[in-house]
Amino acid sequence: MTTRLPPPKKKDPIARTLQPTQPPGNRSREAQGLTAMAAVGRFALQTCAACDRVQYPPQQICGNCLGDDLPWRDVDPAGVLLAETKLHHANDLYFRDRMPWRLGMVKMDAGPAVVAHIAEDCQQGDRVRLSLNLDRSGHAVMNARPETPGPNQEDDLQLRELSTDPKDRRVLIVDGKTGLGLALVKAFKAAGARAIYVGHAEPWKTSPFLEEIKAIAADAGGITLFPLDVTDTDSVEKLASVLGGKVEIMVNNSYHLRPGGAVDGLDMNISREEMDVHYFGLLRLAGNFGPVLRSRGADGDHGACAWVNILSAYAQVNNPAFGTYSASQAAAWSVAQCMRAEMSGGGVRVVNAFAGPLEDEWHQMVPPPKLEPDMVAGRIVAALQKGLEDLAIGAVAEEIAERLAENPKEIEREIKL
Amino acid sequence: MSKNSRMNYDGVAVCVPVTIPYSRYSLRSAHWFCGRALAELIKVAGIAKDEVDGFCVSSFTLAPDSAVGLMQHLGVSPRWLDHIPMGGASGGVGLRRAARAVQCGDAEIVACIAGDTNHVGSFRNTIASFSQFANDAVYPYGSGGPNGSFAFLTDHYMREFGARREDFAKLCIAQRDNALAFPHALMKRPLTLDAYMDARPIADPLCLFDCVMPCAGAEAYLVMAEDRAKSLNLDYARILSTIERHNAYPDDPIQIRGGWAMDVDGFYDLAGIGPEDIDFLQVYDDYPVICFMQIEDLGFCKKGEAAEFVRTHDLTVAGGDFPINTSGGQLSVGQAGAAGGSLGLVETIRQLTDANLGAVVQGARHGLASCFGMINYDRGLCSSAAILGRAGA
Repeated sequence: MTTRLPPPKKKDPIARTLQPTQPPGNRSREAQGLTAMAAVGRFALQTCAACDRVQYPPQQICGNCLGDDLPWRDVDPAGVLLAETKLHHANDLYFRDRMPWRLGMVKMDAGPAVVAHIAEDCQQGDRVRLSLNLDRSGHAVMNARPETPGPNQEDDLQLRELSTDPKDRRVLIVDGKTGLGLALVKAFKAAGARAIYVGHAEPWKTSPFLEEIKAIAADAGGITLFPLDVTDTDSVEKLASVLGGKVEIMVNNSYHLRPGGAVDGLDMNISREEMDVHYFGLLRLAGNFGPVLRSRGADGDHGACAWVNILSAYAQVNNPAFGTYSASQAAAWSVAQCMRAEMSGGGVRVVNAFAGPLEDEWHQMVPPPKLEPDMVAGRIVAALQKGLEDLAIGAVAEEIAERLAENPKEIEREIKL
Repeated sequence: MSKNSRMNYDGVAVCVPVTIPYSRYSLRSAHWFCGRALAELIKVAGIAKDEVDGFCVSSFTLAPDSAVGLMQHLGVSPRWLDHIPMGGASGGVGLRRAARAVQCGDAEIVACIAGDTNHVGSFRNTIASFSQFANDAVYPYGSGGPNGSFAFLTDHYMREFGARREDFAKLCIAQRDNALAFPHALMKRPLTLDAYMDARPIADPLCLFDCVMPCAGAEAYLVMAEDRAKSLNLDYARILSTIERHNAYPDDPIQIRGGWAMDVDGFYDLAGIGPEDIDFLQVYDDYPVICFMQIEDLGFCKKGEAAEFVRTHDLTVAGGDFPINTSGGQLSVGQAGAAGGSLGLVETIRQLTDANLGAVVQGARHGLASCFGMINYDRGLCSSAAILGRAGA
């Protein structure tokens, strides 16, 4: 049975911090198909279009009928743990730092036998469920858990390496003055975050959301407010110097939306502000908080693990009603991709959450469905617990993702003012 | 087509068993080990280098070269060249190809050479990029290399068939006893049951003495017509039968048998003898569990009964009613990369040509050498085996 992981002890300032290392990240092109599935939390394998054989490891030819049409289809993740081992020796530095390490061979009901990381609670002969998860190299691995989860499963140290669970970690929520900021505070609190730091800008402007956060902080503790203005380099630098080494999960919920496009209703000041918040703001955060987060990727069982960017689904395809806003989101998305490559050296996952329109004053003229902040926050926390890298939140974002995958021209033409 | 339609190996001689001494690590290249093996072969055979007109090479560490590049290193111009990329199975596979080449006249004298070097770190590099499936679906899981894969097979085999660690210990200890007489063995001290049982764990249930030690070295021999061997005054062994098989039983969810089981009937049919006529057995032994599978699959007992077989037989050369791995096997001599696939074969030739360096199986007439290799994903894909007989026996 998995035991409750004790909360982290106070850090010894003299001891050297374990340097981040990664498990082997050398994969074939075919195997990157697994990574695409793990990134969004799907369990899909190559399934031959001609003979329906489920195939693993991925390859370019069906090992049964020699067909080459091998679409990725969701398959039953159930199986039996045929054999297990506990490794006490490895040549790779990542695993050497984490010995012993448990592995198993699972015979899937769907056909293939797979090598998998196995949870502490799995024993040989057990029925297990497989999942595809991203490991600290950012690549997909198979992972087996008991069919019926035991208590404290999320505290299994091997699983914790694959997830980015907020439990007992310290989170910085960049903007506490929005409804989403408040919802995130509540959701991370409920998920067991050890400390929640909340940024707030523009002190002259009152916010009912920030007031509520203050009330929760006074009531429950574990929540600290800090001045933070992502459009002000000094402000970001200052907070990074105070908090940088303490943040294990960064949540960038900066948000500045105004209507207006390029031809219709262009306002250069507004478009500049949008870029300042979403694009330059992310750059300021990345440049100041990124290096120290990355350096703490292996700092104990509660080290830095995730950088969450809450982006608009219109980062992926421009909505001309919010044309300059969409463009600033696209710029932020591109920075996020850059960060993904840069942060991978520390095993810190860059999570991009693409949300549809929120239920707020700036979306008043937008027809439903619109997202309640609590729902968005809940989805983000759940994604961190599962270890996802990309998520589409809400029907609008999901539809955009699907339509882009199917025919990007169609959605480009159909998005109306 | 009847089982006996295969052509036999009449008229083919296997001779001049050569081992280039093993070392744990070496600054030499694989080219050096292969080159020294050729030098030793022609010295012992008393022939000139250019009389060797065929080469059969197996090596993991020749890269970026292949057997072709090696030919230029060695300054030879063979008219027949084969490169067997089958690791531990290359011994038996190379033998049967070389034998057919000689039988058919495509080459007169084939030097079969398997050699590898072992620099610090080269084993790590080999397992880090062994195959596409290993890269994608095994190495990222703990990077244990073959230790992890054999841990699964061993764990499953023990539970399925009731084999105990003590049974594996008996085989390992017997092999070590055999190795103590063999000058090239890297392991020089006796292995006790306590030492085996208490050894440090590597990948449960495998402990230190279950795992082969990578090293540098080479194994080699010559294949030629019997008449040629006689004219050169060389003692030789004859080939009674050979088999090879790849990717056998792909539907077994986890490996409990190798390709030998598919081919064993025809194997003995061609030899004209049965398992009861085998005087000693050389099994491929990177881990003891695969030895157990070979004992079963090659017909010495039924599936699942190897543990009982080991319990009821003495496996040493000295006292043995069933000598196994008479020079100590890889577990006691070391695994010199692809040469591990020829270690048992070369020792078999020694036993049958009275060229022994170590313990002698008295009156041996037939020896069986079995080979296994290439854990491509979850199991070893290649199996091969050969039965050799004493000339004139």
